[in-house]
Amino acid sequence: MTGKTFRPVDETELAGVVAWAAADGVPLEIIGSGSKRGLGHAIDADHVIDMSERTGIVDYEPAELVLTVEAGTKIAAIETQLGEANQQMAFEPPDYGPLLDHPAATATIGGTMAGNLSGPRRVSAGAARDHALGMEAVTGRGEVIRAGGRVVKNVTGYDLTRLLCGSWGTLAVVTRFSLKVLPAPEMTRTLIVAGLTPSAGCRVMGEVLASQHEVSAAAWLPADMAAKSAVDYVSSPGTTVTAVRIEGPPASVLARHDSLRSMLAAHGPVEELHGHNSGMFWKEVRDVAAFVTPEAAVMRLSVPPASGAVVCDRVTASGGHAFLDWGGGLAWCSFAPSPATATAIRDIATSLGGHATLIRAGEKLKAEVPVFHPQPAARRDLSRRIREGFDPRGILNPGRMAMEV
Amino acid sequence: MTIAMPQPDPGVLAARDSFLGELAGIVPPDNMVTDEAGLKTYECDGLSAYRELPLGVALPETTGEVARILELCRRYHVKVVPRGSGTGLSGGALPLKDGLLLGLGKFNRILDIDYANRCVTVQPGVTNLAISQAVDHCGFYYAPDPSSQLACSIGGNVAENSGGVHCLKYGVTTNNLLGLEIVLMSGEIVRIGGKYMDSDGYDLLGIVTGSEGLLGVITEVTVRILPKPASVSTLLIGFDDLASAGDCVTRIIASGIIPAGLELMDRAAVHATEDFCKAGYPLDVEALLICELDGPGPEVGELAGRVEEIAEDLGAHTIRRAASEEERERFWLGRKSAFPAVGRISPDYYCIDGTIPRGRLAEVLTRMEDLSTRHGLGVVNVFHAGDGNLHPLIMYDIDKPGDLEKAEALARDILTLCVEVGGVLSGEHGIGVEKRDLMGTMFSDLDLKQQQRVKCAFDPDGLLNPGKVFPVLHRCAELGHMHVHRGQVPFPDLPRF
Ligand SMILES: Cc1cc2nc3c(=O)[nH]c(=O)nc-3n(C[C@H](O)[C@H](O)[C@H](O)COP(=O)(O)OP(=O)(O)OC[C@H]3O[C@@H](n4cnc5c(N)ncnc54)[C@H](O)[C@@H]3O)c2cc1C
Repeated sequence: MTGKTFRPVDETELAGVVAWAAADGVPLEIIGSGSKRGLGHAIDADHVIDMSERTGIVDYEPAELVLTVEAGTKIAAIETQLGEANQQMAFEPPDYGPLLDHPAATATIGGTMAGNLSGPRRVSAGAARDHALGMEAVTGRGEVIRAGGRVVKNVTGYDLTRLLCGSWGTLAVVTRFSLKVLPAPEMTRTLIVAGLTPSAGCRVMGEVLASQHEVSAAAWLPADMAAKSAVDYVSSPGTTVTAVRIEGPPASVLARHDSLRSMLAAHGPVEELHGHNSGMFWKEVRDVAAFVTPEAAVMRLSVPPASGAVVCDRVTASGGHAFLDWGGGLAWCSFAPSPATATAIRDIATSLGGHATLIRAGEKLKAEVPVFHPQPAARRDLSRRIREGFDPRGILNPGRMAMEV
Repeated sequence: MTIAMPQPDPGVLAARDSFLGELAGIVPPDNMVTDEAGLKTYECDGLSAYRELPLGVALPETTGEVARILELCRRYHVKVVPRGSGTGLSGGALPLKDGLLLGLGKFNRILDIDYANRCVTVQPGVTNLAISQAVDHCGFYYAPDPSSQLACSIGGNVAENSGGVHCLKYGVTTNNLLGLEIVLMSGEIVRIGGKYMDSDGYDLLGIVTGSEGLLGVITEVTVRILPKPASVSTLLIGFDDLASAGDCVTRIIASGIIPAGLELMDRAAVHATEDFCKAGYPLDVEALLICELDGPGPEVGELAGRVEEIAEDLGAHTIRRAASEEERERFWLGRKSAFPAVGRISPDYYCIDGTIPRGRLAEVLTRMEDLSTRHGLGVVNVFHAGDGNLHPLIMYDIDKPGDLEKAEALARDILTLCVEVGGVLSGEHGIGVEKRDLMGTMFSDLDLKQQQRVKCAFDPDGLLNPGKVFPVLHRCAELGHMHVHRGQVPFPDLPRF
């Protein structure tokens, strides 16, 4: 690409550039730090809009549980600031940097929200989009718009904020987000059961999530993956690991820990991870650390939680690797890149009533297999019409979601 | 009340008989209403100050019927107003003279209860409470609990993104939804989401939720269900002044506690409900908080203790913790009877709904008192304090000339105040016709046009529930047009390239 990189100093300047590009139909690639550039189809853009200098916390009132940030602010910087007030983004934003061949800790809030990316607490606390309250953006028409607000309860006009989450920069360039933040837990414990098959693991995760113990995360790892963990308790048994996390005030965590432990003991030997180990383990799950290998392709399947085991069994049978997060609802699959395997794995998601996204893949594989799950015609056409409303000339990240006709 | 609605289409009115004749070919006679007496049942929703008789009423029971009805309407250019149970408080289901009212109350079967995946799939006319009741025996419930849950439909909940007293901890409708089936005005059926988490492609679930029946007709809903909390602790906290009650709300949240519900009643509300149902509330308070904590037993006990400490520190003059389920229900009795209680002390009342940043509670309540004095109408406050969602009840008398206009003017001032302090026009009741013309206080013309472009993607002819939400209707062709600023931006010369 021979184009230019534009770093807007403010909304007005950004709007001016997009309006110019819109007038001439000049395609633009929108990036934060660029850490997820590898996710999605290649963008055929003349120029880049780089939002990584649009950083900073605009407004943060811990007592209101509301944070407004510039879109280019790094997740790491936000977390530091929130940590000072013992608060957090409860959706546990993941860091896919290394998974996508980029340095760790470079992801921005803009990119995270654009992908609606959430970590293990998704199953209990909701997704990134559930924590978005409002935004300011520049549409593909070069117009500055605002939607939502800075309060948690709001039905004033269409929820454009949520629509923009997960749109991968194809509707508008978001300049600011207002987010709901929550108190960080005072204490965390993780219980792990060794040796469960995928289906037993899935059943146990379903059981604990249906219990009254307010489990905040539940994951299942196959033996070879568990063996790679930096957490000794996870790697040393040499078997599969089913992990369950509880968080909250100490008295509550300890009491739940006891009841959960006896519940789990019926299924196999139980170990527990405390603060540091627990944190390290869930970070590995969150960031898909086990699949950071240069050769492999990685797919992410969102399926009904009880059918997660089916994904594991089938993927393993075809020579791939799979682990489960979100109580079984999220299956991460790693496989030797081939269109046939990728398509076969996607078909598993389809047959279970879910969907699959190709997260890590070379251009060659992406040329043959769509990154995003193909949609039924009615929904695809509707999405295209929505896009036309925001970006009639299709200049923002064209091709990234491969929605173009 | 009067509000400008889209001009009825004379062609449609003239073709009524032929249209209804074709409609009779789609739904059975029992599922159609065409006589004036019957139509009267549907003339308004929960915002009864606005009334209109629809062209006719159809009560479909299958997605196929809905699709065929919408196709028929499109052919005749008949507008469509979807309606669930008609409990909406912003006039979203207000009929149009030249529009078909599409009642979804008969479309009310529970289709699937899936405990393994912790979700339930229902038809849109199923009531909110019926979902919780269907899974109660297995220890589950559906979290969002509007006070109208006995009557309101899940389809209406989705359309309004409804909340309830337990939304502080568990979120509103949009946070508890997994899937939808909608029918577009074209008759196309679009399925969104399912039993899995997060959408593939654009978040259509997010955009349809809270769209007030303007984008598509909801014909199926999948919600997540949660295990019922192990224990509950409910506190009743009385203060001598509103400001301390406001501070208490802020301090509870700031200390890291997220109660399941945190409600506030002012002096007038306390007295009205006490007269009405004898809940046993202290009468010598300016503000009463109900704070409910739920979750694992030890946690609830510990947090209740912390809330009590905060309340004491702020000089609360009553602090009671429910010692039994019966006492807990009594604490809630007054709160839950607040609307009928106010109905007894005032011939009419008008329930307002706006959200403000929690930290501004005391200030807004004080300024609201001034507004109430200025307009000469009393205001009673019972609301979801934990999330800053106000519900001032304006008391008036419809038979007193000028009173209704005064109530409307006061409502406008209160809502404008909400926006001024950084809040929004509606927390959970929606915009409908009620607040339509106030949208400009929150949004620019560009913002509103962009929202309407989303509508155009779903309903290019503007036939689905027009006249609601948007103060000015633009034709989609006009909205689609892009104003080209060619040459205005000196792109190559911009700094920092
Ligand atoms: C006493 C009382 C207490 C209330 N308490 C609360 C509360 O605590 N929290 C709260 O949030 N609300 C509350 N409400 C408001 C109201 O109950 C909610 O907005 C509810 O969700 C409306 O549901 P409904 O089925 O009655 O919808 P309706 O009033 O029939 O319709 C509401 C809107 O939804 C649209 N609609 C309905 N069904 C569909 C469908 N299937 N497809 C597409 N569009 C549809 C309609 O066109 C309309 O715009 C209360 C109302 C009353 C009267």
